[in-house]
Amino acid sequence: MIAANNITKKFGKVYALDNVSVTCNSGECIALIGPNASGKTTFIKSVLGMVVPDSGTISFNNIPIANQWAYRDRIGYMPQIGRYPENMTIAQVFKLMKAIRKPIRTMDEDLIKSFELEKVMDKRMRTLSGGTRQKVSASIAFLFNPDVLILDEPTAGLDPVSSELLKLKITEEKNQGKLILVTSHVLSELDDLVSEVLYMQDGKLNFQKSLALLKQETGEQKLSKAIAKVMITNRQ
Amino acid sequence: MKKITMYVIVDILRNKIILFYTLLCLAISLCIFNLESNTAKGLLTLLNIILLIVPLICIIFSTIYIYNSTEFIELLVSQPLPRRTIWISIFIGLSVSLSVAYLIGVGIPILIYQPDATGLMMLLMGFLLSVIFVSIAMLASARTRDKARGIGISILLWLYFSLLFDSIVLFILFQFQDYPLEKPMIIFSFLNPIDLGRIQILLKMDISALMGYTGAVFKDFFGTSTGIAVTTFVLLSWIFIPVSLSLKIFKRKDL
Repeated sequence: MIAANNITKKFGKVYALDNVSVTCNSGECIALIGPNASGKTTFIKSVLGMVVPDSGTISFNNIPIANQWAYRDRIGYMPQIGRYPENMTIAQVFKLMKAIRKPIRTMDEDLIKSFELEKVMDKRMRTLSGGTRQKVSASIAFLFNPDVLILDEPTAGLDPVSSELLKLKITEEKNQGKLILVTSHVLSELDDLVSEVLYMQDGKLNFQKSLALLKQETGEQKLSKAIAKVMITNRQ
Repeated sequence: MKKITMYVIVDILRNKIILFYTLLCLAISLCIFNLESNTAKGLLTLLNIILLIVPLICIIFSTIYIYNSTEFIELLVSQPLPRRTIWISIFIGLSVSLSVAYLIGVGIPILIYQPDATGLMMLLMGFLLSVIFVSIAMLASARTRDKARGIGISILLWLYFSLLFDSIVLFILFQFQDYPLEKPMIIFSFLNPIDLGRIQILLKMDISALMGYTGAVFKDFFGTSTGIAVTTFVLLSWIFIPVSLSLKIFKRKDL
């Protein structure tokens, strides 16, 4: 569904992405894992067209995305740090999103309900706590029932209850055969979600393996331990 | 495109600076027309103030507005919208609100006190200058990521167009006063939209006789219908070129 071919992106002298090639198919839940500044967010932003790679191509459903925009109809994106116009209320943000995005399916307002966002609809974005912002970001990502969900650190800043609610929602969507691309530092959270692991370091893709294979190779039962083992072997 | 433009306009109206700008224009124009016994003289005073204030407000307000909309732009870019639509909508939103503010603030007094060709020319030039300086602001803020630097560049650009350019032209005139410079002066004036606007309005006022031989050469060129057509074309390029350059930059910008 998403195929990246040898994409390279430099910020100044630093390679944020160095010749990365990845294929992601629908029905998978792929975890993007790597140390800080390994290029995870840059990769995600390249897929969304927010960052333009210096070289290489990315295609969505076999169509190159360079200078395209309509394909984003099928993507729900939850950014790592949700940045919204500060003087808009939550209700206005939702209204704006609904106005610019013609729904291709029925709207999915489950998360708005389960996060109880209705109560704070008329609060301005600038007054929101980090966690509430995350809830708004998550609700927008899921709102249009997209085929692909790209979640950048979805549970960062969420309280345990909301975090569980979100994970439940992600599992639900995965079971409907959607492609889910998720980055997280809290590896223990990914254990029961993920089917495949993409490991990045210094802008390079180290490996792309299914979770089962990774566990088998490292002989560990937990994703966090398996990754820790990989990181230690890499360092040597 | 229409929805985003509407959103931008509503957002600009909400912060009330535009309202203040309209009232300021209105107050200045009414004061001048009431203080001067001769409305033609009033128009001349108004011209000098307008040519200073309109570019300043347009370029500074637009630059700051664009930097303040960074979050809004980021939010929209990840949605199924072409970048072109986002950028052009912001441009149209800014141009419409700033030029409407000008047309109300200066237009109403002019239509009351001086509803002739000169007054209308002044309205037209002020309108074009508003849009031109929004366009230049778009370019300045697309090029620089740093807010303070972008606003600094905008202030410098305004200084250049309002003050420095004329000084440079004067300097050249004095250095080369032994040569006939009237024709090159016409070319020079194309390089500054404010000068171009000023010349067109002054020519309509029939006081170009006071400008001596240069005035006569200017009248020969700018006074004709070809001259007016060329001026309009150049002013429209001053709108079109910066905004399309900025669009080109924005399309490849990393957010």
